[in-house]
Amino acid sequence: MVILMNKDKYKKIVDKYTPKEDVIKNALISFFVGGLIGVLGEALLRGYMMWLNIPRKESGILVTLTFITIASVLTAFGVFDVIVSKVKAALFIPITGFAHSMTSAALDYKHEGLVLGIGANIFKLAGTVILYGVVSVYIFGLLRLIVMGG
Amino acid sequence: MTFVYAFLFCGTICLIAQLILDNTKLTPGHITSLFVVIGAALDVFGIYDKFVLYAGAGALLPITSFGHLLIHGAMDVAHDIGPLGLALGIFNLTSAGISIALVLSFILALLFKPRD
Repeated sequence: MVILMNKDKYKKIVDKYTPKEDVIKNALISFFVGGLIGVLGEALLRGYMMWLNIPRKESGILVTLTFITIASVLTAFGVFDVIVSKVKAALFIPITGFAHSMTSAALDYKHEGLVLGIGANIFKLAGTVILYGVVSVYIFGLLRLIVMGG
Repeated sequence: MTFVYAFLFCGTICLIAQLILDNTKLTPGHITSLFVVIGAALDVFGIYDKFVLYAGAGALLPITSFGHLLIHGAMDVAHDIGPLGLALGIFNLTSAGISIALVLSFILALLFKPRD
């Protein structure tokens, strides 16, 4: 026996059984965790300036490097994915997401070898950020040079 | 006051990303790419510099700052030596982050086993 089912009816049933994510709750969690990361970064930035006696610009780079290191190590221990599943966008929008994508790609493709596995796949996800960043900077940069003269 | 702005700025960026993620079919990869382009676009007129001035690390940590740093490095050198500076200086400010992330990822991949 063939049960005929039209598309609308099918869609209704699928909608009913796909778990509804609480959009507002997710948004609030992202806002607060993201905000806390910003505050933590600012506190670190001031700390580095004070302890190491370096200018603000270099301290900012050190803060970025600190977050990259934390994210990479957490990814290697398998903790990062657990936290991301709870706080979502709050961890992949800061630079932590960039570091995570590299480390997880390197780990996931390790079994395919050092060159064809880790080497070929390490930019698998981070590459898109670099690609579109560089292309857009060339376009915007040239525009600014032409229109504003630098 | 910088701390409050840092909280609000970084939080708002993450909030927007989360809303896009939940309400559209875009993946985190799409959103980060989009935000990098937005960051670069905002910096063309020096708007992102204002965010960095007020929100400090709150504006430096989100991926939008990657676009801002790319265009900053490029334009700084382009100021001195002309259009070729775009190509020469583009990674000046971001190379630290990219290279450290590469080296760390490589070493960690050698040391650890992937988890499911």
